Amino acid sequence: MSTVPGERPRRITAPREGPLLVEGPVEVVLEDGTTVSSERFCVALCTCRRSRAYPWCDTSHRQHPERGRPD
Amino acid sequence: MERVAKGLPREPELPPSRGPLSASVAGYLRHARRLPDHAAIGDAAPFGDDLQLALHLCYELHYRGFAGVDADREWDPELLRVRAALERPFLAALRTGASRHEHADDALDELLVEPVDGHGITHFLQDEGELWHLREYAAQRSVYHLKEADPHAWVLPRLWGRAKAGMAAVEFDEYGAGRAERVHARMFADLMTDLELDPAYGHYVYASGAEALAVVNLMSLFGLHRALRGALVGHFAAVETTSSPGSRRLARAMRRIGAGPAAEHFYREHVEADAVHEQIVRREVVAGLLEEEPQLDGDVAFGVDATGYLEERLADRLLAAWRAGESSLRTSLSTSPRTSLHPSV
Ligand SMILES: [Fe+2]
Ligand SMILES: [Fe+2]
Repeated sequence: MSTVPGERPRRITAPREGPLLVEGPVEVVLEDGTTVSSERFCVALCTCRRSRAYPWCDTSHRQHPERGRPD
Repeated sequence: MERVAKGLPREPELPPSRGPLSASVAGYLRHARRLPDHAAIGDAAPFGDDLQLALHLCYELHYRGFAGVDADREWDPELLRVRAALERPFLAALRTGASRHEHADDALDELLVEPVDGHGITHFLQDEGELWHLREYAAQRSVYHLKEADPHAWVLPRLWGRAKAGMAAVEFDEYGAGRAERVHARMFADLMTDLELDPAYGHYVYASGAEALAVVNLMSLFGLHRALRGALVGHFAAVETTSSPGSRRLARAMRRIGAGPAAEHFYREHVEADAVHEQIVRREVVAGLLEEEPQLDGDVAFGVDATGYLEERLADRLLAAWRAGESSLRTSLSTSPRTSLHPSV
């Protein structure tokens, strides 16, 4: 799935809500200077900053209503 | 773990029967003559143990088969006729009992709302699950996870364009992206080893209730019929959408109980992987399919609804048993490991 550099631009899908989708593999440099990487064909980067697996999305952006889901 | 690592494991034994239908299908596979007649199938409960096991036996011929059963039985016309007769009441009961949405988007949007005070199986396991609960859960889920992604691979030749590319990309990830040790089915076998369960394919079918078998039969039903490709895609979208938060709770449960690194890793990996898969399935597979074939909108919604319906039946059974302090299995697990495996500090 990885591309030869320069062969074509890496695609990033940027929806209004939810994570940024970036074609993998990627390396992410965090604020404290540490680097995390993922070899997945596509990674979902958290943009809401609520992920407990930051920088990877863990679906924490989803809405949480007051009550449980109606059956 | 070693056993799984050494190439193709042996075929599973035929499980014990649960009534006249499963007995005659199993008998037929062992070379007896009589298959169940259609009247007997009509009398059986569509979600009951006997019909669900009979269906499971028919479907497994398309996956790994059974020890001592001729591989050619997969295309035995008499057996296929019986399989179709078993599928009809199952599908009809789902259409009447499970259908709640007309449109794929409405059905899928509903899954995006995460209740704060959720009370499903994964909430129970996260909050109060003990080792024996996690072992029972893993044993029943192994009916699917040891062939994870296989029922969905059948839809690939039936898709085109974005839907096909997206589905193939997600399946590639499910199949380890080229690395055998990362195949999700293999990672689940490693989880089972951590929990001191037998990771042999099909081993826990005998202990799994009708509700657990029905969840997997649904995938095979949708996967094997091109006519149900929309429902298969809806089913897959529902699984990928609900998996990530549920996996986080299960990873916590595994950690709290000290189940071991592979057990925790399986669910940690699914938190991240399925956050991605959800996006691809929704944007590329569902949207791509409906762009090509808009008439399948209702079928996709049905696939989502049927999945939620059968998962809820399974949750009801497991939670009712566990809240009563009883085993959720047909036969409780024979081996009793140490009460704590690898206590976490
Ligand atoms: Fe998976
Ligand atoms: Fe997945």
